[in-house]
Amino acid sequence: MRRFLLAILFFVALAAIWAALVKAKIWSPVLLPSPRSVGQYLIGALHDGTLVQATEVTLRRLLLGYFLGLAIGLPLGLLTASFKFAEDTIGVLALGLQTLPSVCWVPLALLWFGQTEGAMLFVVIMGTVWSVIIATDTGVRTIPPIYARAARTMGSRHFHKWTHVILPASLPFLVSGMKQGWAFAWRSLMAAEIFVTILTGFGLGHLLHYGRELNAMDQVIGVMLVIVVIGLLADKILFSPWERFLHRRWGTGRT
Amino acid sequence: MSLQEELQGLPPAKLVVDHVFKWFRQKRQMVHALDDISLEVEEGEFIVIVGPSGCGKSTLLDIIAGLEKPDKGRVLADNQPVLAPGRHRLVMFQESALFPWLNAFGNVMFGLKLKPGLRNRERREVAKFFLHLVGLEKFMEANVHELSGGMKQRVALARALAPNPRVLLMDEPFAALDAMTREQLYGDIQQIWQKRRKTIIFVTHNVREAACLADRVVIMTPTPGRIREIFEVNLPRPRDFNSIEIARHASKLTAALKGYLAPELAVSVE
Repeated sequence: MRRFLLAILFFVALAAIWAALVKAKIWSPVLLPSPRSVGQYLIGALHDGTLVQATEVTLRRLLLGYFLGLAIGLPLGLLTASFKFAEDTIGVLALGLQTLPSVCWVPLALLWFGQTEGAMLFVVIMGTVWSVIIATDTGVRTIPPIYARAARTMGSRHFHKWTHVILPASLPFLVSGMKQGWAFAWRSLMAAEIFVTILTGFGLGHLLHYGRELNAMDQVIGVMLVIVVIGLLADKILFSPWERFLHRRWGTGRT
Repeated sequence: MSLQEELQGLPPAKLVVDHVFKWFRQKRQMVHALDDISLEVEEGEFIVIVGPSGCGKSTLLDIIAGLEKPDKGRVLADNQPVLAPGRHRLVMFQESALFPWLNAFGNVMFGLKLKPGLRNRERREVAKFFLHLVGLEKFMEANVHELSGGMKQRVALARALAPNPRVLLMDEPFAALDAMTREQLYGDIQQIWQKRRKTIIFVTHNVREAACLADRVVIMTPTPGRIREIFEVNLPRPRDFNSIEIARHASKLTAALKGYLAPELAVSVE
């Protein structure tokens, strides 16, 4: 409770400094709107539904692309860890493409898919899949061989070995890989949405883009805040429970 | 199969190692790991294999377990050739090899879940029974990292015993433990062996451990791995690790080992 209060205090102080800077009139209010006007924008946008709708559109793209990326990346990572041929081909490809900033996929996606949902999905998947492959591969490779041997003596093999030994044993790596994949997917989707207008749905990136077009700084900052909060919530809801479980079971990290 | 039968234990198995040879390919040469190993193990016998590191004793254990294949020769368990790992021959390793993603209970359940013919409720009963047997019923929910080295090996023992194997293969299971814990486990393992009647093959480089536990001690020497001599230890059980009798047997074993190793040591000193 005390930790919570201190954290609240910190953010209130941040807002206060912000308000004080606005009061001091160092910058014009067009460039630095007051916390109150950003708040008013947020409330207004919540009421007329633009914010909720945009968040919905963005999250749908993100989640769909992310889980497709996981579904593709996980088995490919298992393949590269198990077969020399896959390691020399898909493995090298993944390593190379992971270093490519995922924004770089946007022009290609636009030319291939046009201004469609398909392009958005493609960019998110490309952002996710390579880091998931690499994390899975590393995870599987770092498993002490004794686990597989012990499991074999107890009659675990083939599919059971993969689902009950290899995957759980590499879970610490998998979760950190999934988290990294999530971060990449989120960044690449925002970039794509700011870049391109897609008529089937306006996401948060578009709101940000139009904020700039209209010189509406309260909208720009407001949408940025929403994006930050979504990122935080995703971390707390999607990954924190896993990480807590892993730390408790494996006895790693702080408790 | 009823729960009661499950907890009573199957008759232990007879093992025959029949002229087994094994080579390993290393970078430049072939290493001759096992040279014409033959050994008969009676039902319910406690065999300890002693030898310096590199004598192939762990390789021999892996072959009996079915984890490795011999290049020549074969292993028979109850007259059936061993071709792959099987539920009737479970292994306990030097590092406990417990799975960190499961708690103590989950680890004991792992092998049980792979055993057909039991209901899940019965499996849980069996797991509890064996955790109780090794004195860890209070630590069922404990995570692996929360257990001490000795407790980990107890869980590993419970995990190996739970699916009711007829042979227990132990690869230096106490080597990484401190002396106090180890001595306690010598007592425990003898008690459990008498209660459960398993055929046990136990690998170690500690002659005193061998004298304390074995019905027969098999002495192996390296390059290539060979069986040199087999000692019988006819002492009443349970045996006390610190007794003079054990020390006397141990020094006999040490003398024999030194005798076999001395010429080779002399060569390596030159």
